[in-house]
This record gives sequence, structure tokens and C-alpha cells, in this order.
Amino acid sequence: MHDAAHEAHSHAAVHGEPTSFIRKYIFSLDHKVIGKQYYGMALIAAYIGMGLSWLMRLHLGWTNMAIPGLETLSKTGAPGGVITPEYYLQLMTMHATLMVFFVLTTAPFAAFGNYFLPIQVGAEDMPFPHFNMMSFWVTFSGFLVLMSSFFVSDGPTLGGWTMYAPLSALGAVTGPGQGWGVVLWAIAIGLFCVGQLFGSLNFITTTLDMRTKGMSMWRLPYTTWAWFITSIMGLTAFAVLMPACILLILDHVAGTSFFVPSNLVINGQIQPHAGGSTLLWQHLFWFFGHPEVYIAIIPGMGIVSHVLTANLRKPLLSHRVLVYSMGALAVLSYMVYGHHMFVSGMNPISSLVFSFPTLIITIPSTIVVLIWMGSLYGSRLRINSASLFALGFISMFITGGISGFFLAQPSIDILVHATYFVVGHFHLVMAVAAMFGIFAGTYFWFPKMFGRMMNESLGKAHFIISFVGAYCIFMPFHYLGLAGNVRRYQAMVDDYLQPLIPLHRFITIAALVTGAGQLIFLYNLVYSRFWGKPAPENPWEATTLEWSTPSSPPPFNNFGGTFPVVYHDPEQYGMQGKAGDYIMQASPEPSPGPDEA
Amino acid sequence: MAKLLAVFIILITIASAIPIIMHTWPTPPDISKHGYMIDEQMSETMLEAGICFIASQIILAIFIWIYSGRKATDPLKTFPGGAKAMVWAAFLIVGTEVLALGAFGAKAWGAVYFTPPAPDAVQIQVQAGQFAFYFRYPGPDGKFGPIHPEMINEATENFFGLDQTNDQASKDDIVTAEMGIPVDREVHLLMRSKDVGHSFYVPGLRIQQDFVPGLDLSVHFTATKIGRYEIVCTQLCGLGHYNMKAYLTVMSQPDYDDWLKKEAALQ
Repeated sequence: MHDAAHEAHSHAAVHGEPTSFIRKYIFSLDHKVIGKQYYGMALIAAYIGMGLSWLMRLHLGWTNMAIPGLETLSKTGAPGGVITPEYYLQLMTMHATLMVFFVLTTAPFAAFGNYFLPIQVGAEDMPFPHFNMMSFWVTFSGFLVLMSSFFVSDGPTLGGWTMYAPLSALGAVTGPGQGWGVVLWAIAIGLFCVGQLFGSLNFITTTLDMRTKGMSMWRLPYTTWAWFITSIMGLTAFAVLMPACILLILDHVAGTSFFVPSNLVINGQIQPHAGGSTLLWQHLFWFFGHPEVYIAIIPGMGIVSHVLTANLRKPLLSHRVLVYSMGALAVLSYMVYGHHMFVSGMNPISSLVFSFPTLIITIPSTIVVLIWMGSLYGSRLRINSASLFALGFISMFITGGISGFFLAQPSIDILVHATYFVVGHFHLVMAVAAMFGIFAGTYFWFPKMFGRMMNESLGKAHFIISFVGAYCIFMPFHYLGLAGNVRRYQAMVDDYLQPLIPLHRFITIAALVTGAGQLIFLYNLVYSRFWGKPAPENPWEATTLEWSTPSSPPPFNNFGGTFPVVYHDPEQYGMQGKAGDYIMQASPEPSPGPDEA
Repeated sequence: MAKLLAVFIILITIASAIPIIMHTWPTPPDISKHGYMIDEQMSETMLEAGICFIASQIILAIFIWIYSGRKATDPLKTFPGGAKAMVWAAFLIVGTEVLALGAFGAKAWGAVYFTPPAPDAVQIQVQAGQFAFYFRYPGPDGKFGPIHPEMINEATENFFGLDQTNDQASKDDIVTAEMGIPVDREVHLLMRSKDVGHSFYVPGLRIQQDFVPGLDLSVHFTATKIGRYEIVCTQLCGLGHYNMKAYLTVMSQPDYDDWLKKEAALQ
């Protein structure tokens, strides 16, 4: 034990206990504080993003409705409280950018990963704590830059989170927000990329180099594997988006034409650009953009597997198959990005080439789902807020994944591309599923992070509203798409879209109710943080190292100056003849093996 | 709570399937020669995806119902065949399904994109710009005159930048704000964007193709039903995106000839 501690010490970048307020809470080097900072930022971004979606949904249901108080927020965007067409697109762009980057990437990966990855491998901290601190502050700067675009003269960009060129590259001449709005967007996302690169380096190094004695790679919990795989993806995917953002900024401020071809005419004027390629942006963006979908969802898969194992009270069917499947998803995610571009004018042969890996990626996804479902069989499933959200994740991931069957086929894509079918698909499979992963993680780890329990009754109410609500919102999106309803329309003015307006209104009401349900979560989070019941040492009777720390929350050096030694894989549940039916990873007692028929 | 969730999953599954089965919000009917292949592909996928969706959600609900609330003394069981069975099932069932869908889908895709347009197809050029479509017919000489971007002027309605004084081929070109085509004749649509990205989408025609600034793209199709349909833009192009549309009128050949003559007279 002593040797192990010594050995681990020699690798650890140990920093002393912080004493000043600034080092403790602001420019902290402690991975746990940084994890909480990421979580806090994601929480703010999520509620702003949700507020924006409420405004969008109200406008889509009742286009001429005056929304009380909105004029004070934006005089030009909502004169008299009625959202203008450009303001709708600006709200939409900001909703998507906030949610994709600052919530779905940040919370399950950067927030929980920062907090728990070092603890789960038995380390004191990340190897590069200063980089870790910078990763948060650079990301947070990106968040502030993005939010600042609400306050520049013509508001944020209206180009959609995909920021397709040349709409995004030509400047203010293409519409409100297309000047400074785009530049600020590109700076914000560029900063975000830098933050993720710092974070990914730390995650990879921590996993490979900071594991405590006995913690072989195959003894890592699902979450650690998921964060490790995600960080490798982050390193490669964000490294492509960042230069793309730089080139976009140069097209604005330096007179370059990376994404703009010659002879474009706007307002009767030939634009002063020549020689660029508009499809280049799409290739760069989606080379990042598709792996990004998996960057958002693989940590959720890890969290679901982690939470489920503890609540099924038995190991999942196969630790290795699940990890290999997540790895296969990561590798394949780079080979499928062209399915976003089937009708983009890309060579139609390329569309077929991209179609097959897109269909094949269904196989590892199916294996992951079948492993979860097969593991449910014969389990002693415990129901709590965390396990409910994990089960909800499975349901959402199945539904959203299945609509991927349609979109993977170029021929069907001709009909449903750029319609609400796509919006329904990615919201279920990526957004709602990932949010459910975040919720499952929050309910599960809150006792460790804050030393208090969350209220279970409120958690269950939150789950049921979210589960039913998400289906009420996003399932009808598929019907809209099949009827040819184009996305990113601020009003349905086409004749063939008129019969769909009542369905839009139904969705709006569902979105308002489901959003209100999220306020229960916020209340529960804040109330429990201060007044929740004190958490027992290991409330879920789980095996992994985060439950072996001397206190909740753990001390600054996680294990009180010693290092745990790991004797088991993390799936020691359902043990024969044991009263507690589980063995901690750090427990030296021998494993009698699971009590399975 | 678990049983409530199981019931909700089943209710949601049934409720989700009903509008699809009942065609409550139907896809606009197909009016094209190639569209049946896309529709068949869609029905086939819907059937297979529907079965997967319903079966997996119901199994999930049943497992949640049965295995929640079991006592610590209840025996744990392993799914027959374990992980190996799951991997085989995924490869065999899903693998076969996706490859079959992929192969048949490739045929439908090929019908739209891999066959060249007929030599006698009606040539029409469409130009997309913020936030309108304009169409150009080559006139009796069968030739489109060259485009001079510097001459594009909406005030004088020179939408394509034609020099009808000096360019012989431009003199008889017919520019319209609506798209008229003859029924049952192939149309070869030449696509260009004036400014930013746009898209040409007619749901009934089963055609959607982006306009890419700087690239000359084309699609070809045959409309089989006389009528008036909407052409809409599906690529975000700015604040007027939602309102960027034009009408497509499919006419009998004599009606089309008359229409084109009238439009020529208006030039």
C-alpha cells in the first residue's frame, strides 16, 4: 500500500491545499472545483437555452403574439413584444449554440469528467492542473463572448449553429447579426475549442498515466472509459473546428475568401471575394460536427451504464463489449459526417459512400442498447431518480436512433432533409438523451459532490414530466417532417403547411409544460444543496472509487493523502452470500463471484 | 413508479404509432416519375423501423415492470446467451436490415442522380437569391445567353444579368417568377445561386437539392400530375428564408406552349 502510494505520488502533479478565496473558488486548480464550475456554467447556459426555446415555440405557435416584457430585452428584435423574423433566427442560433456546446458537451464530459475521472482512477488530481484551470476559464470566456453578441448593435448571428458559408462569411450585407454577430460566434466557438483541447489532454493523460495501483484499464468504470474515448474524439474534432473558425474570422476581418466564391451579388453589388469554396466550410464543420454528436452522447452512455450497474445490482452483460462498442462508435463517427451533406451538391457517389458507414454505425449502437436491455433481464432493479433517468435515456436513445435509419439513406433524405424530421431525430437521440444522462449523473453523484441527498419525490416528478413531455414535443416533430415542414422557418406561410399549425401549437404547449418541469429540478438542486438530508457514505451501495473517499465532498486531495489500491473490476454486484451484495473496488476481500443463475 | 413508467412507455409507443398508421399528417402525394421508389423505400424503412421501435420499447417496459422492486433474495438471472447473443443479434438482424435498406436505397438514389437527363428534356435554369426564385427558359434558339453578374439589377428586373442588346443567345431568353413545366416530360433543371446557399424543394416532386454558390448543379425529373405546387427553400438563407417560395405549375403540353408564349410576350 505504501509503495503504491509512493509510486502514484511520483506521477501526480500534487498541489497544496488552497487557502485563499480566489484559489479555492475562482482560479482553482482542484479538478473538483473546476468540475463544479463547468456544471454551474452548463446549468446557466441550459436555462438560458431553454428560455430561448420557449420564445421560439411561442412564436411558432402564435406568430403575431406579443410576448410581455420581450421588448425590454430587445427593442429591435421584438418591437411591441412581437418577434421579428430575424430575431427568431437569432434566438434559434443562440439556443442551438448554447445547448450543443455549453450544455451537452460541457455538462456530461467537462463537468462530470473533471470531477470524477481523477477520483475514479484513484488520483489526487489531473496531471496538468493549470491547464485544467485554463480550460474552464477559456471556455467560460467563450461563453461570455457568445452572450455578448446579444448586446452588439444588430444582435447575435442568425446563421444557425451550423453557420453555413457564404451566409456566414459575407458580413452584415447578408442580414442582421451577420457582421459582428458571426465574428463573436466564431471567437466564442474558437475559444471553446481551445478549452476542450486543454481538457482532453488532461483527461487522456489522467486515464493513461495517473491510475492507482491495481487499476488496470479493464478495471476502469464505464464512465471513465466513456470520458477517455470522448477526450480522444475531442482532441481530433475540436482541432478541426478551431481552424475553421479562424478562417471564418479572417474572411470577415482580413478580406480573405476561404469560404466565398467569386461573383456573388447582393443588393446589386458584386461582393469583393473570389476563389473560395462554400462546401469547404461544410466539410470542415461536419468533420467536427458528427463526432460532436458522439462527444455529447458517449459520456451519457457511460453515465447510464454506471448508474444502471449500481441499480441493477448485477454486472452488465459484458464490460468489454460495451467499451468496444463505444470505441467503434467513436471511430465510425468520423466516417459518416457526409450524411449531413447528401443534397449539398457533393458528388452523389460520395453520398452513397457516406451512407453505408452511417447505416453500419447502427450496429454498435444496437449492441450498446441490447447490452443494457439484456442486463435488465433478471436484475434486482432499484428505482430512484437516477435510475429512472438512465432508463429514460435508453427509451429516448432507441427512439431517436431508429429515426436515424431514415436519415442514413440518401434517397429518403431527399424527402426529409432539412425538415422537422431531422430536428426531432437529433433532439431525441442527442439532446434529450444527453440531458437525461446529465440528470441521471446529477441525481447519482449529487450526494458525493455536495454531501447531501436530493429530494427523491421531486426527482421522480421531474422525471415523469420530462419523459412524457419530451415525447410530446419531439415525436410530433417527426410527423411535421414527414409532411414536408421545413425547419428554421419563423412562420408557416406556405399553403401546404397550414394544416400543421395546430400540431405546432400542441408542441408549444408541451414545451412550456416540460420546461416548467425543469424548474422543479432547479428548485431541488438549490434546496438540496443547502438543506438536503446529509448523504450517507455510499448511498447507492456502489463499488467505484468515488465512494471510497474519506468524505463527501472529498477533501482537496481526494483520498486524504493516501492512494487506494484496487483489487476488483467495478462490477462486483450481486455477490453470493454477502449481506451487502457488493464489493468495493478498493476492498481487499476476495470476490465470491456473482450470484447469477 | 417503475410500473407507472412501464405503462407510460407502452402508451407513448402506441400513441406515437397511431398518426403514422392513420396518415394523420400525410406526406404530400407523389407527383413524379421517380418518386414511387423513394416512397417504397420510405414504407419499407417505416415498417422495419416501426417494428424495431415498438418491439424494443415494449420489451423495455416489460423488463422494467417485472424486474423492479425484486427482493434481495430473488435470484439474479443472466439473459440466455449473454453478450454474445446480443452481438450476434445486432450483426444479423440490424446488419442485414441496414445493408438491405442501403442496397435498395442506393437504387432509388441512383435513379435520381446517376442517370443522365434525356437529350430532349426541357431545359430550365433556376436562380435562387435572397429571397426569391427566378426561372429562365432558353427560347426558340434553345440556348441560354451568358450571365453577367455585374448587370444583375432587380430594379430593372434583369434578375439574371443578361445583356440582351449584345448577346444573341440572350435575346429570346424568357425569365419568369413562376415555374411552368409540361406534364410527363423530363425537365432538366440547371441551378445557380446569386448570393448565398439556398435549396430547391418540392415535397410532392420528391426533389430536394441545394444551390451552392460557385457551383453549377443540376437535377432532372418528370412530373406526372397536372397541378400547382409550392417550391420552397430549405437552406437557411437569411431573415426571409421562411418566405422564399415560388409556384410550380405542371401543365399539359398545349397549355405549357401557350403559357410560354404568353411569358415570351411579356419580356
